[in-house]
Amino acid sequence: MSNIEVSSLQKAYGSLRAVDGISFSVRDGEVFSLLGPNGAGKTTTIEILEGLRERDAGEVRVLGLDPWKQGYELHKKIGVIPQGFKFVDYATPKEAINYYAALFGVKADADAILKRVILEDSADVYFSKLSGGQKQKVGLALSLVNDPQLVFLDEPTTGLDPQARRAVWEVIRTLKSEDRSVLLTTHYLDEAEELADGVAIMNHGKIIASGTPAEIIAQHGSGKQGESLEDVFVKLVGEDAVTADQSAAAKGPGRR
Amino acid sequence: MVSVRRIRADLTVFGRGYVRARIGLFFSLIFPIILILLFGAIFSNAGSSTVPIYIQNNDNNSPASLGFITALNSTNAMAITIVSPDVNFSQYLASHSGTTGIVIPSGFQADISAKPPVPVSVTIYGNPTSSVFGAVVGVTNAVVSGFNLKIANASAIVGTQQVSVASKTYKYIDYLVPGLIGFSVLTSPMFALVNISSQYKRDKIFKQLSLTPLTKTEWLISKITWYVVLTFVSFFLMTGAGTLFFGAHITYTVGVIPFLFLGPFLFVSLGMLVGTVSKSVESAAVVGNLITFPMMFLSGTFFPVSSMPDYLQTLAHVLPLFYVIDGLNNVMLYGNYSSALTDIGVLIVLSVVVFGLAVRFFKWRED
Repeated sequence: MSNIEVSSLQKAYGSLRAVDGISFSVRDGEVFSLLGPNGAGKTTTIEILEGLRERDAGEVRVLGLDPWKQGYELHKKIGVIPQGFKFVDYATPKEAINYYAALFGVKADADAILKRVILEDSADVYFSKLSGGQKQKVGLALSLVNDPQLVFLDEPTTGLDPQARRAVWEVIRTLKSEDRSVLLTTHYLDEAEELADGVAIMNHGKIIASGTPAEIIAQHGSGKQGESLEDVFVKLVGEDAVTADQSAAAKGPGRR
Repeated sequence: MVSVRRIRADLTVFGRGYVRARIGLFFSLIFPIILILLFGAIFSNAGSSTVPIYIQNNDNNSPASLGFITALNSTNAMAITIVSPDVNFSQYLASHSGTTGIVIPSGFQADISAKPPVPVSVTIYGNPTSSVFGAVVGVTNAVVSGFNLKIANASAIVGTQQVSVASKTYKYIDYLVPGLIGFSVLTSPMFALVNISSQYKRDKIFKQLSLTPLTKTEWLISKITWYVVLTFVSFFLMTGAGTLFFGAHITYTVGVIPFLFLGPFLFVSLGMLVGTVSKSVESAAVVGNLITFPMMFLSGTFFPVSSMPDYLQTLAHVLPLFYVIDGLNNVMLYGNYSSALTDIGVLIVLSVVVFGLAVRFFKWRED
């Protein structure tokens, strides 16, 4: 059974066709990664699936629900970490988790969740005093509070140091082992190659390649030995896009 | 539909953050007290309405000249400072920033007790265009007439009798306390909510919250609850300061409750509305100030609306804060509950409308 079903999805901002008729599906327990340069339409797509934006056309089902019309029910079952996550300055990660637990009306073990995202040492530090990576991890922790079946992670590792990145990977692997689905967008192609079962590469609002990382390399690569997903990505979307993309990624989260 | 559990959870996080940030507490609780102390001290004499006046007695402290000064003093209309006969009176006035003065000429006693009396004049210094001068001239003429009657051994036929209009006399501080409570009811939620709502929008915290079961109505109710609590605390601090330091006449009555509740309700909603329809944090601040500042000065905060020109009084009646301050004056000073009911009615309608608009335009998510 599919957790996410998207067919012919469209969304335009004025004359800009941000998402231009894409279709894909995500199975139970699958880690699915949306890749693409900035402005490819990844965040718009993910926000439509989360019920944060209304689509112009196409069919979307997330856990069998229409995200825009049935957002309130859907949000109880999904976990989300938005791009460039921010929270109230004067609240600690532990308080943030307890707040979310109260909002969802669930019992949550704040210490266990913090341990899972490797943030237990900063459990009582104000959000404003946390580093960029630690802030991202608070977002990740909050996305787990309601025991979600499906987790949306929009660039969860942007701006993180390698160690913190690995910690996030570990969380994603655990989610997968618990048979939860993950929809991941990322700038790091090694991350997608490492974690994703299925990948879709977007450019200018369209999906230009999809399949498992190995399938994409086989299908779109030059056939050279040891070719990575990154090599194929560069070939598909062009050198310029990747360079621009990575310089933007280096600036950290918070941009559109 | 509305969940008390979620409101309480949100209130806990918000209230804790508010207390920890300290700056909000300063502006909502400490700053109004500073204003009370400041304005109370500046205008602490205004209630008695005495005119400062300098008197130079050039008649060697003769009994008649001293009698004249005593008579002036007993009118209670003047705060008299005696100037030595040796100085140049005009120069003295100028160097002491004095505007009005009276000079009793030498030979004052000799002239009025001569048989027959010789006409003599006391000289009044002052700026004829100032209202103070008119009062001084009036008071001095009255005293002079009294002297003339006495010298002629006559008595007054027509007299005056005074009836006080209000049951008690009010001092400036009595108006200032309700005014500044209104000031605090307006400014602390308005500035905070304009800021929070535009900032949360920029930082996508609303978007984040929209992914939880918390509704925007619950979020707004939590903020209103917080500012209602703050307003009650602030009310007791401000009335306490006014009574303790300036002997303000405060009537503690349940009549203040509707205003301490409706005020924050209205201005939290209004701040939310301004913040939410503004495109950026900066433009929200500008629009917030444009709404807040005129209201702050024209609604009877620092001086009674009745002391303003007619057209400004008319304008005051369209400002929501006017009804908070007018209502507080009605219940705390005049005990005029029927007027207070009108104020409550206006505030209920305004609050419900603005709250409705704020919820309507406040976007959790985008389209």
